[in-house]
Order: sequence, then C-alpha cells, then structure tokens
Amino acid sequence: MTRIRTAALVGNPNAGKSALFNALTGARQKIANYPGVTVERKAGRLVLPNGEPVELIDLPGAYSFEPSSPDEEVTRKVVHGELAGEATPEVLVLVLDAANLEQHLVFAQEVIALGRPTVVALNMIDLAERDGLVLDAAALSQALGVPVIPTVAVRRRGLAELTAAIETAEIRAETGDDHPQPHLTQPERRLAAANMAKGAILSETAQHRLHAGLDKVLLHPWLGPLILFALLFVVFQAVFAWATPFADGIEGLIGGISTIVTDTMPAGFFRDLITEGILAGVGSVVVFLPQIVILFAFILAMEASGYMARAAYLMDRMMQGVGLSGRSFIPLLSSFACAIPGIMATRSIADPKDRLTTILIAPLMTCSARLPVYAVIIAAFIPATTVGPGIGLQGLVLFALYVAGIVGAMLAALVLRRSVAKGGASGFIMELPRYQMPLLKDLAIGLWQRAWVFLRRAGTIIFTVTIILWLLLTFPKAAPGESQVEASAAGHISKGLAVLVEPIGFNREIALALIPAMAAREVAVASLATTYAVDAPDEEAAAAGLASQLASKWSLPTALAFLAWFVFAPQCLSTIAVTRRETNGWKWPIFMMAYLFGLAYIFAGLTFWIATALGL
Amino acid sequence: MKLEALEPGKRARIVSVDWSRVAPEDGVRLRALGLDEGARVAIAHRGVFGGRDPLAVIIGRMTVALRRGHAAAMEIELL
Repeated sequence: MTRIRTAALVGNPNAGKSALFNALTGARQKIANYPGVTVERKAGRLVLPNGEPVELIDLPGAYSFEPSSPDEEVTRKVVHGELAGEATPEVLVLVLDAANLEQHLVFAQEVIALGRPTVVALNMIDLAERDGLVLDAAALSQALGVPVIPTVAVRRRGLAELTAAIETAEIRAETGDDHPQPHLTQPERRLAAANMAKGAILSETAQHRLHAGLDKVLLHPWLGPLILFALLFVVFQAVFAWATPFADGIEGLIGGISTIVTDTMPAGFFRDLITEGILAGVGSVVVFLPQIVILFAFILAMEASGYMARAAYLMDRMMQGVGLSGRSFIPLLSSFACAIPGIMATRSIADPKDRLTTILIAPLMTCSARLPVYAVIIAAFIPATTVGPGIGLQGLVLFALYVAGIVGAMLAALVLRRSVAKGGASGFIMELPRYQMPLLKDLAIGLWQRAWVFLRRAGTIIFTVTIILWLLLTFPKAAPGESQVEASAAGHISKGLAVLVEPIGFNREIALALIPAMAAREVAVASLATTYAVDAPDEEAAAAGLASQLASKWSLPTALAFLAWFVFAPQCLSTIAVTRRETNGWKWPIFMMAYLFGLAYIFAGLTFWIATALGL
Repeated sequence: MKLEALEPGKRARIVSVDWSRVAPEDGVRLRALGLDEGARVAIAHRGVFGGRDPLAVIIGRMTVALRRGHAAAMEIELL
C-alpha cells in the first residue's frame, strides 16, 4: 500500500480558500495544531476522479514566502517541506481571487517559481464578473505555465475540472520532475503580475463595485461606529435572549441523566462521583454552549461577509489608545461569551506582544459565567426601583459591572503594554475584503468546528478539575453532627483563605464558595446555596430562596465587594489552562492569575471600605 | 507630500518609502500588499476621531487599512 498523497491549498488571505476547501472536502475535516505552534492545521479528504484519495491541507493565507506572522511561517515551511512531522505536499493548489489578480499574482509567481506541480484555481470568478471583469483563463495559464481552472467554490462551479487537474498534476508529481525557476525580486514580480493581469483581462467595464457603496455607509466617520454598536447591541440581546431555552434544556437533560444515575446505581462513592462531581461540574460548563454557538454564528457571519475587517478598522483608533490594534477586537468580543474561544481567537494577531496583551485582558470581559453570580447578588441586594424613565437600578448595576470589566481591561492593556509586554507601537495593516453573502453551509461547518473545539478543550480540563474539587469537598468525611463542607479538605483550605479575605469583607461562607468557583464562576452560586442549605436550621429556611438568605446574612458592603471581586478574579481554571496552551508555558498563566487576583483583592477591598465608610 | 496628508478621493503615486520609520515585520506586510515605490493609491476613507486614523487605502482592486504612522513614511506625488 502506498502512502496517501497530500495536496495543499495556498494563496493570499481572502482568496476564498476556506470556501473552496469546504466545497472540495465536505464537512469531514480534521482540525489540529501544527506541532509546537498555535497555528491551526485543517485537513480533509479529497477523492480524485480515478478513485484515489488525497489528503487536502488548507494552509494559512500568505502574502509572500517572506513571513510576517506565525501563520505565514507555517505556510512557508510546509510548502518547502521544512516542517518536521509534516509531509511535503505533492501538489500545490494555488487559489487566486479572480477580481484581484494584480495583487494575488505576486505571491502566485513565488509559488510557481518553486517548480512543483501546481494547479491554479481562479476563484470567485462570479464576483469578478459582477465587478465587470471578463477574464481569459487560457491566456493566464499560458503566462503562468500551469493549468488555470475558473472556479466558484460557493456554487461548486469548476470543482470537477479542478480535481481532474489535481489528478494530472499528481501523476506528474510521481515522475518528480521539478522545474525551479529563476528567483525574481518582489518589485519584478509585482511588475510581471500587473502585466499578466492586464493580459488576462479581456474587458473591464467601469468599476461597478457594490462594496464601495456599502463602505460609504459602514465606514462613515460617525455613522459607521453607530451601526457597529447597534449591531453589537442586537448580538448581545440575541445571545442572552435566544440561548436561555437551550441552556435550560441542557440543564434539564443533565438533571435527568443525574436522576437516572441516582435511581439505577447503588449509593456510594462512584455514584456521588458521577452525579455530584462529573455531571454537575461538566454540566456547569456545557450550559454555556448555546450562548457560545449563537455568538459565533454572528461572528462567523460577520467574518464571512467581510464586515469583521471593517469592525476592526472602526475599533482600531480606540484600541490604539491602549497600545493594541483593531485586530484585538474579535477575540475580546468573543470573550463576552467565554474567554476560552476568545483566547484561542487571538491567533489571528500577528504581533506577539499584542497577542499576549489581548490574552491577558480577555478574562476581564464579562463572560456569561459571571451572569448567574451577578444575577443572584443583584436580586438580593439591589432594590428593583427605577432611577429614570425606563432605567431600572438593577439593570444599571449590571451595566456598570460590564463597563467596569471593559474599563479594567483597557487600563490593564495600557499598563501591560508599558511593562511586561513592552514594545514599539504595533501596526495595523489589514486588507478589507470585498463584501460577500455568507454561505450557510460554510457557517454551519465553522460553527460545528468551534463548538466541538470548545467542548473538547473545556470538557477535558473541566472534567479533571471537577473530580479534584469534588474529592477535596468530599474527603475527609464529616463526623456525625459536623457539616461536610467544614470537615472537608476544601473546608480546611477555606479556613486559611477566610483569614486572608476577611479584611475585604468576605465571610467564611464566601471563602468556602471561592474554592469550587475556580472550576467556573457560576459554581459559586451553587456552592453558596449548598453551604447555606447545610447550615439552615430547618427545611423551611433551606427552601427559602438563596437571595433572601444572602440578604439576611450579608451586609450590603460585603455583597458589593463580592460583585467587585468577580469583575476581576480569574475564577476559571479552563481559562488558565487555555492560556498555558496558547502561550506555551506556565509563565503567563501564573502571571495572569497573580495580577487578576491582585486586582480583584484591591477592588473588592476598596468597594468594601468605601461602602462601609459611606454607611451603606 | 506624504500619503498621510492625502484627502479622500484624490489619487497619488508613492515615490519613495522611508523604511527606517516602519517596523521590519510591518515593512514585509506593506510590501507584500504592494504598498511600495511606484504603487498608485487613493484614499477611500479616513477614521473616526481626532487624527482621522486609520486610513483605508485603495491599491489596485484592493482596499487596505493602515495607520497614519505608516502613511507618514510614504512620500507621494499627486496624479
């Protein structure tokens, strides 16, 4: 049996590579990381007309083989066969944007000059036609010396011809006759690209460009930001309103499984481990999946339509003020659902210092795990009065907590860029791609991939963490008459912790809740409920809502300090673990924990002391 | 005249670029996008707040966003 051959898609960013990859391989794709770097490796299987399978790799988009980002570095290494553990692709499928030939032919010449079997996909030919361009594929093929196939990935046009050309090129690959060509300089290639593009364009009518018109509105100096913020408002409304029934459904499902396990398994260690440890813990994270999926549906649609680059453009000035660039906007936006996909999305930031800063501030965006905590405390301590027409005090406090997170993140970025992530002002150089209608199938594939990555990463980490936490809370066993939480190892840790957090107004119960809340912030609510239920003198008191319990047992300054704590505290081991993974070591996750816990302590303390001094 | 000072709608050609004012990786990216000597450019849009930063530059059939700092390193002549 011969080894499976590989072909790789190469091309400029925004050439429609991913859409072509989806069209050629379908939904069966493998996503992993290239060894040693946090660059995503996407591979899928393509069956040639002769029935032979080929592994197709979707390489990161590159403007040239002279790399200016980790992504481009990977593309260069894979194509040159210099990446350890990665087979050199036998066939290169060069993807060009038909409407942007003059630009894309520059890198194309660099690829073709390698002399390897190459096929050109003249992609998005329909958009070029929409722009009034008529192209001569045969002339371009003659100029480049390789086959040129016009394709429209999203309409599956030209795919059969393309796979046939890959097959022919693959047969040529077996004979192994590479023809490296003389190396040209970049200006020379640029000149040649301009001439070739001119030669390939049969006719060009007056540029009827949809995107120029759209940009007039969407990039308008004051209308543009207004539209962006309106859109973000709709997105957040949708994330929180639409996700609730699904989240409730997941909660119900996990509760149901838990009941079945309780009914069928004999009482004991393993039953408790499954119901109280694994199901409760993993469930507490999976419950965020609906919000993440909805947020990502919007993000993917914004990316696929070309709007996301505009959003980055509009946000760049503001981000520049704190030493970041517009590219940090997408990861930070994702972090409002969950910091885990947010931190993973920082991969698109080329500048390492920018990326590190964005990772370090991502946990300050108010993720959805904080909402249950905020909701309980606000319900218990903030009166449901109005402070103006249509403005409730409770909603205002919630809004203030969001703003506190954003302001905290921006100030943190400002300080980090002048200290640990010091470096020259980062640039912001970004192509603004043409607008396109996103294809439902591509969105679905993207959504499925992100959801799966989230479940796998968070699931494995949370799984381990919850078991450890459960063990800490379960052992040693309590003597009769003693509360289990107090007797447990976690209870003993919390005694030490209580001394530490007493100055900022936290009581024993809060100290106890903070330990399991390391798994996920909203576990604090469940943990407080358990603690107060355990200590309740009778059933009736336990049945009374947690909110009223808290209202009677905590002072207002304590409650406010608790809210301030959760604005900053990195109470999420999954985030820490993902940070370790994305920064390749323990240095930065430890630093992140130190500075965020430090901020949490200081601001919870300030809140408590000021509130007490004001006599609240 | 520098590209930084170009008004939206006006066309120009880049005559020279002072690469010493541009970080090396940014230089690689700018050249890869064709923003180099001889390129014909126009400004499509300018940013929102004071300084009207960043700029959306049309080069060929492509629009590229870049900051004033980089545009200030590019000497242009009006067309």
